[in-house]
Parts: sequence; structure tokens; C-alpha cells
Amino acid sequence: MSFRVSSSPHNRVQRKTANVMQAVALACIPGILAQVWYFGFGVLIQILIAVLTCLAAEALCVRKRNRAVTPVIKDYSALLTGLLLGISIPPLAPWWIAVIGSIFAIVIVKQLYGGLGQNVFNPAMAGYVVLLISFPVSMTLWLPPLSILSYDISLIDCFMVIFTGYSEQGYSLTQFRTDLDGFTMATPLDTIKTGLSNQQTYSELLNLSIFSGATGQGWMQVNLAYLMGGIWLLQRKIINWHIPLSFIFGLGGLSLIYFLASPDSAITPSMALFSGATMFAAFFILTDPVSASTTNKGRVIYGLLIALLVFVIRNFGGYPEAVAFAVLLANMCVPLIDYYTKPRTYGHVG
Amino acid sequence: MDSLIDKIKSGYLWDFPGGVFPPERKSMSLQTGIQVSTLPDLFYIPIKQHIGKTDKILVKPGDTVLKGQALSQSLNHMTLPVHSPTSGTVEAIEPHTVAHPSGLSELCIIIKPDGLDASINLSPCDDYSQLTKPELLDKLQQAGIAGLGGAAFPTYVKQANSQPIDVLIINAVECEPYITADDSLMREHSEEIVKGIQIFEHLLKPELVVIAIEKNKPEAIEIMEQAISGLKNYLVRAIPTKYPAGGEKQLIQVITGKEVPSGGITADIGVICQNVATAHAAYKAVTLGQPLIERVVTITGEQVTSPTNLWVKIGTPVSHLLAQQGYQALAKPRVIMGGPMMGFTLASDEVPITKISNCILAPSDEALPEYNNEQACIRCSACADACPASLLPQQLYWHSKAKEYDKAQSYSLFDCIECGACAYVCPSEIPLVQYYRVAKSDIKAEIAEHKKAEKAKERFDARNLRLEQEKQARLDKHKEAAEQRRQAMEKNTGDKDKVAAALARVQALKAKQSTENNSPVQTADTTKSKAQAAIERAKAKKAQQQGAETSVNEIIANETAAPVNDAKSKAQAAIARAKAKKLATEQAKTENNERPEASEVQVQDQAAEISPAKAKAMAAIARAKAKKLAAEQAKAEENSETSAAETVSESAQTPSVEEANTTANTSSPAKAKAMAAVARAKAKKLAAEQAKTENKELSENPDTPTQNQEADISPAKAKAMAAVARAKAKKLAAEQNQQQAQSEEVNSEDKSDTDPAVATATEQNSEPQNPDNLTPEQKAKAERDAKIKATIAKAKAKRKQMENP
Repeated sequence: MSFRVSSSPHNRVQRKTANVMQAVALACIPGILAQVWYFGFGVLIQILIAVLTCLAAEALCVRKRNRAVTPVIKDYSALLTGLLLGISIPPLAPWWIAVIGSIFAIVIVKQLYGGLGQNVFNPAMAGYVVLLISFPVSMTLWLPPLSILSYDISLIDCFMVIFTGYSEQGYSLTQFRTDLDGFTMATPLDTIKTGLSNQQTYSELLNLSIFSGATGQGWMQVNLAYLMGGIWLLQRKIINWHIPLSFIFGLGGLSLIYFLASPDSAITPSMALFSGATMFAAFFILTDPVSASTTNKGRVIYGLLIALLVFVIRNFGGYPEAVAFAVLLANMCVPLIDYYTKPRTYGHVG
Repeated sequence: MDSLIDKIKSGYLWDFPGGVFPPERKSMSLQTGIQVSTLPDLFYIPIKQHIGKTDKILVKPGDTVLKGQALSQSLNHMTLPVHSPTSGTVEAIEPHTVAHPSGLSELCIIIKPDGLDASINLSPCDDYSQLTKPELLDKLQQAGIAGLGGAAFPTYVKQANSQPIDVLIINAVECEPYITADDSLMREHSEEIVKGIQIFEHLLKPELVVIAIEKNKPEAIEIMEQAISGLKNYLVRAIPTKYPAGGEKQLIQVITGKEVPSGGITADIGVICQNVATAHAAYKAVTLGQPLIERVVTITGEQVTSPTNLWVKIGTPVSHLLAQQGYQALAKPRVIMGGPMMGFTLASDEVPITKISNCILAPSDEALPEYNNEQACIRCSACADACPASLLPQQLYWHSKAKEYDKAQSYSLFDCIECGACAYVCPSEIPLVQYYRVAKSDIKAEIAEHKKAEKAKERFDARNLRLEQEKQARLDKHKEAAEQRRQAMEKNTGDKDKVAAALARVQALKAKQSTENNSPVQTADTTKSKAQAAIERAKAKKAQQQGAETSVNEIIANETAAPVNDAKSKAQAAIARAKAKKLATEQAKTENNERPEASEVQVQDQAAEISPAKAKAMAAIARAKAKKLAAEQAKAEENSETSAAETVSESAQTPSVEEANTTANTSSPAKAKAMAAVARAKAKKLAAEQAKTENKELSENPDTPTQNQEADISPAKAKAMAAVARAKAKKLAAEQNQQQAQSEEVNSEDKSDTDPAVATATEQNSEPQNPDNLTPEQKAKAERDAKIKATIAKAKAKRKQMENP
């Protein structure tokens, strides 16, 4: 009899890398659904374009690197990158935006660094930042919530706008974004940013049609949906609590302090937490294990650092949305954070 | 400390970081009580079942052995003997595959049982408290009691501890899935276990004994609590089920909250751990006198038809146990010795059970699937969360994989207990523990290699030193031998006699001629160097002409006295030489008092320079000058200022100096010739001068036709004469200078001036014996004699040179 020889341990948990990736992708579903509900089918089309591009780019790279393609595709990491990038892109942005972003994320940020586990930067966020810097106009053309749009946008319209630039009826994206009074409607954060810089006060800005309720229609619901997904991930121990919680508390705390000090020129804490990409970032972007800190203490520092960067960029920087920049800047600090947050090993003093 | 004991007693439990919760699957082997294994066809008893060296084997093939008979004797510390598990015959003593992950062979004693299971006479001990500690420890050692939990650490070594112990922890945690050996042992032998623990307590005298059992063994907890009822300071502590709570370090942390210092032992923090089965074995060894020849082994796994716990004699092959319990082999069978977390797969089922084999696990592929699909690390840090030692397994993995072992060590690689929790949780199926094992063994090999290299270097250095010392010793010996030879030669050979005779002659002459009586002679053969002679000569002259020393003189002396380097010294010497020449010529004419300056300079040079050749050259120069001076002074004194004579002396002297210089530099056979030539020239000159001097001052000496003689002498004779004359002149010069130095009289001027000339002349007179009057035979004889003498003189001169470096 020839016996099989293997190394201990001979038992393992059944959760694999692919399971982790799948779980994270599944946890995005409530948020995506909310986005579809409030902002139309555009997001689905963007996700589809990004995911397909990512998978294709990944397969091509792996083949060029002479590695087996199937196991790499099956780890779902490229799919997740595409999904996260697709969610981040404005729903009616031209199709090549998602394609360029996906290719950059996979080829440059991930595979050129050595593939899964080797990338320094979060691929989705790096792709997003490249798009934001290269195509600032397309990347800021966020659609207002459907309920306050002057026109109905069908799935066909979405396809038409994304791939041709004009809807079935011949409306352009800019026309969709213009309200009945002829004003262009931006995202709540964008609006506030512009308004505050135009010497308007926060309370004045809230009277605009884009804000129905405290934090703007649609965006708050989307954020809540992502929060739900995140809580589910925490429950399943797919992600650790350290990063999301330190980020949320950090951002909330900083916003509160600033708001109390200067109520008319600051974004409210609730606005800061439930607008833009806050919740999505907290649970789905920051928690990317590859580019985040790996020690528990380090994760708390990492979360707080991003919170600080987001707060600073949103309030004092030139961009209304700051998560992507903050994440990339924090990614650079990870090796340092990890180095200085080594846990004390058993039996070692101090 | 009391507060800690109180805290433990109050039921407080600490926690250790990390840990995992693998499925336990313990119930399948607990369906029956402990059964007894049948005797296999052959027993394979590995000599070495634990840390330490191989012991002395006490049996040989063909011997009949009884159950419990010692098969080996422990000769070293840290080793334990092995015993025959049954009665039978020793079939062979040869290497056999043993229970080790490597699947390597080790020396085993193979015993064929006779089926009688006849035991040796045991020596029970009813009251071990009567025994001394060494006696008790010896009993434990002779019975081969080792830690039955994992590492087979010799129990007597642990129990020999001399540090104060607060807590004795009995490890009955058994945190590995599947295994129930300790559990069933506690259920059936609780009283004996407690008696065993009492032996440990007697040896260690702890303040508290804690029996730690995982909460998933309620029956065992209950039974053990009953067994210890009435015992003071005994506790049964149920601890949470979390792998690896049974690890020694983790258990200590759970029970006491303390951590064993990295690199230290548990006794350092006042804690000692013993496995519960070890306590049972200790009871049997001490109280019953039974050596360790059997243990409880769990035979379990999905592929085992009737999983159970068995009393298995050590040395039983695994195949026998599997066959006994019904093993449904898979197409590619897999048998694990130990648990699923830390056990290792067997390369063959022929391996024997050893003291540390607590479980034979034959799992199905469904229960324990194989994991060979290693994927990229996604840095999720699940491993770090699971690590009970708070390590960063991910970083260890990166560095181990990249073979950056210094960095791996900086992440405390050697604090890893290889519990497998990290690999258990890894979503990428990375065999983390395997990476660490490879890294550890690589580092250990590296350290061993380094030590070896260091040893080699030490050896090399020692060898070099030894060779150097030997060489030195050889040189010393040679030197000594040479010295002895020299002394012997001085004492015995005719050389000395001849020299002495010559000297005596010279002295006799001198005594006759000079008014002064001189001290005993000790010149050529003494160790006195030519340089010294020269110095003394110069001093003497200086003394004669005291007032002559000028400031220039001083400066030159100072400059030359500083021995800077050879080149400089040589240059100075050359300058001095040139000066000397100039001075000599000047002096010859004016007879002023600058003469000593040159001598002084030369003396300084000689003192500054160590080069023998140089010293010789100097000596030669000095010699030549002294002669010239003598000649000149003689001339001056008699006031015969014949320009012709002066020219002759000048021309004779100048080349002689040069020649002396060249000969000193070349130091070859040519030198001897040159010297001879110089001597010849000098002899001529001297003879000429002598004639004059004699006319004036030594009227009693008959006039000798030296010039004629010289003209008549054959070349060979002339050479011989020259050599002899040279040697003598040297001797005389040295002698006289010595005398002068001693006396330091101003009027010695006369003597020093006249004596060499007289001596030489006399020598010439006496030695060649008027060649005119000689018959051809006599001539031939004289020639031969002269040659011999010349050779001797040359040899002497050479030896002197050698002696006076």
C-alpha cells in the first residue's frame, strides 16, 4: 500500500478565498438594488461592462504570465473588482469609461504587481481615481434621483445613453441632469460643495430640490442598503469590525466637531455618513484585505486615517467625493502601519 | 502569589488569543471502554523514542527476553531506557521505519513474542514517601517514563526541578479532535491517576495542583472531581473548548494568566505541566514497579470499522492495530498518527507505536479532505486572528517563502508552536505550518553549519599558531645547537689555538715594543662586534682630540643618531664616507683636528643601522682609515714630508675605501678577493711606511727589506700573506682600540699609531720567514701553509662577520 503523505493540519475550514469574494459580492446586492431603484438601470449596465472587462483583462494577463487561467478567474477577485468599480462609476457615463477604468485596475494596478495579494493599491479605487483625473466631466455627471427627473429613463434609454450618448428620444445626459427650472442638478455633496464655496449657508442649500429630507433623496437609502450588506459581512465574519467602525466613528466624530464649531459652513455628520460613498467605502472598499493593514491595531489606525483624509478632502479639498483618494493615500501607509503595530508575541515582554 | 493561587481557586480563568474550533468528532471512539490489543507477530521497539542520544543496547539477537526487561541502558542525561513489551526472543536489531514525519528508519529491536507474556519480577513500592528524591527520580528514569502528551520529554528531568513551583498543572485537555485516549483513561483509572499526581506533588511540592480538562469531557470532569475529593489544594478545572487549549503554553495562560518567557521553561514562572497519562504511568512505575511498556491509543477515523481506545504495547505495528479494528482502506490510503491538527501522515503502516503515539486516525476524504490547492495569499489575516501565540503568520509566510530567514526570525518564527490554527483558517489553503517547519529546519541547519564553520576556523587558527610555535621552537633549537657547536669549536679545535698563538705572538711583540703593559687578549673570537670596535676606536680618537669637536659635528651626530629609515641612513653613510675621504685627504696634508668628525658620523651611522653588511662596510672603512691615520701620523711625526710618499699613501688608501664599500655591498666571493686586494695594497703601504717608521723610532728592530720581499713573493703567497695580514690587522686594531678606550690616555697616540704598523711588519717578518732563504721544498710548504692559513683566516673573518651582525 502506498500511503498518502501530507502536512498537518489535515483539517481546514471550508471557507475559501472564492467564498470570501463571493460573500462580499453578495453583500453588495442590497446597495445595488437601492441604486437601481433610485437612479435607474444605468448602474447595472456599468457593473456589467466593468465586470466583463475585468474578467477579460485578468484572463489575458494570467495567460500572458503563463499561469492557469481558470483557477484565477474562479477566485472571484476580478469579478469583485469590476463590481466595485462599476458601482462607483456614474450610471450614465459612456461605456469606455468603465472599460478604461477596469483595464487599468486589473492590468496596471493588480497584475503588474504580481496578481492577487500582491497589489499595493486597491484596484477598484485606483481605477476610479484614474478615471476621475482623466475624465473629470464624465466622472462627475451623476444623475439625480429618478423621482425628481423631468424625464423617464428606461433600460433602453440607459443603454442608448451609455453606448451612444443619446437616449431613444435623443436627449443627452446633460439634458437629463437639468431640472424643470433649467438648473443642472448635481449630487448632494457636489451641490453643497459648490454652494458653500458660493457663500451660501448650509441651511439655504437644503432648500434646493435635490434635498428632500436631511441628506438628500436616494443617497441616504443607498448608504443604508450598503450598511445592511456590511453588517451581514460582519456577522459572517467575512470582514473584521476594526476598519469599518474606526472609519465610521472617525468620520462621524470629525464631522461633528467641525459642524459644532462652524454649523453654516460644514456638512452635517449625518450628511457626511449617509451621503456619497461613505457606507459603501466603509464596508466594501476599505476592507479589501490585500491593500489594507493586516494587524488589528493597524486596521483601526488605517480606518481613522482614511476618515481623516476623507474629512479633509471633502471639507477643504477640491473634490466633492474623497474616498478614492483617501484610500489610495492610506494604502501607501499600510507597510509602515503594519510594521509599527506588530502584536506582542506570547512570551515576549513589552 | 497568594492572590494568584486564590484567584485560581476562586474559579477564574484567563483566555489565550486566537484559537480555532475544529469539529471534535470524539464520540466515535468512546463507544466502548478501553480494550486490550492482541499481541502482534513482531514488535519493533525503536531505541530512541525521545530527545537525546541513542543508549547502550543490552540484548543481542537470539536472546530471550521477559516482559518489562530493559532492552537498553541510559548512559546519558536526558535519555530513557526502553523495555521489552512482552516475553519472547530478540529476532534482530536493525533499522526499521519509525513514527516520524520523515518516514526515516531508526534502529529497532525486533522481538518475536512467545505468547506467554511472562513478566520479570516487579519490585513494587508501597510507600514512596520513604524514598529520597534521587531514588524516586531514578525509578522514573529506569521505568522509561516520558511525557505521553507529545514530545516524550523525560519525566524524571522535569521532576528534578529545583525551582519553587506554585502550580502543578495536570494536562487532561486533549484538545485535538478525534482523540479520546486521555478521556477514557480518566474515566477508567482516575484513582491511579491521582496517585500518580501525588507522586509528582511529593517531588515538586507545589502550592496548588490543577487538573485541567476541556468542557467537552463532562464525564471525565465528574470522575476526576470525585477522585480528588478530600485532597487539599487539588482542583479540577473545566476549561473552554478551544483549540489549542491543550498546548502547554496556552494551558498555563488559561489557568494562571502567565506566559512562559520566550526561550524559557515553565518552571521559570513557577509552573510545571504533566500529562494525565504520564501521571498514570508514573504511578505504575513507582508504586507497581512496572516500566512503561504500554499506553492507551485511540484507533479512530471514518475508515475504521470499530473505533475504540486500546491498551497497546509499545512496539506494536500500526498495521496490526488497524487490522484488529477493521480498516477499510481507501484507494489511496491515508493514516495519521496523532490528531488532525498536529498529527503526521504515515508513509507506511509498518511503523510501531511509540511512547508518544496517542492516536491512529484513518479519516475519510469527506471528513478530512486533502488540501493541495494552494492559492495566493490575500492578506486577510485570518491566520493572525487564529494564532494563539499572537504571531503574524502571514508575515512569517512571506518571509519563510522568500527565504528571508532573518526577517522571519524578527517576526518570532521560533515562538510558533506549529499548532496549525493558521493553516486551518487560511482561505487560500496555504500550508503555512509547512513553510515554518522548512524555515525552522533551514535556520537550524544554517546555525549548525555556522557553528561548524566557526569550529573549523578555530581549528585552523589553532593549527597556524601551533605551526608558528613549532617553527619558532625549531629556530630556537637550531640557534641553540649552533651556539653549542660554536662553543664546542672554540673549546676544542686547533683554530683557537692558532689564533691564540698568533695573538700571543702579537702580544709578545707588543709588550716588547710598547712601554705599556696590556690586559689579556680577547678579540677575534669574542662576540665583540666590529661596529663596537669601530665605535671604541672612534671614541678613543675623539678623546685624543677632545677640543676638536665642533658644532657641525654635533649636528651631524644628531641627525644621524635618529634612525629614520634605511635609505636615509645609507645616504648619510654615503655622505659620511665622502666626507671621510675628503677629510682624510685634507688631514693628511694639514693634520688638523677634524678627523674625528668623520669617525663620529660613521659611528653614529653604524649605531643607527642594523644592516650587518653596512656595519661591515663601516668597519672596513674605519679600519682603512685608522690605518691611514696611523701611517699619516707616523709620517707627520717624523716630519718627512715627501710628496712622493704622500701620493702613494693617498692613492693606496682611496681605492681601498671604495673597495671596502663595494665589497660590503655585494657580499659575495668577489668580496673576499677585493678584500685581499685591499689588504695587499695596505700591506704594501704599511710596509713602506713601516720602513720609515722603523728607521726613526724603532732602532732596535733590524731593517728588513720588505719591498724586496714583496717583489719576490709569489702571487699565492702574497694572497695568503695579505689575508693573514688583514686578519691580524683587524685583530690588532680591535685590541688596541679597546686598550685605548680603557686607558684613555693622551699619550697613547704614539702607541696606536705605531703598533699596527709594527705588528704587521713583524708579522710579515716572522710568518713568511724570509722567502729568499727558502729551499724549493720549503717554499712549497710555505706556500701550502700560507694557503691554509689564508683559508683559516678567511673563515675566521667570515665567522666574525656572522657573529657580529
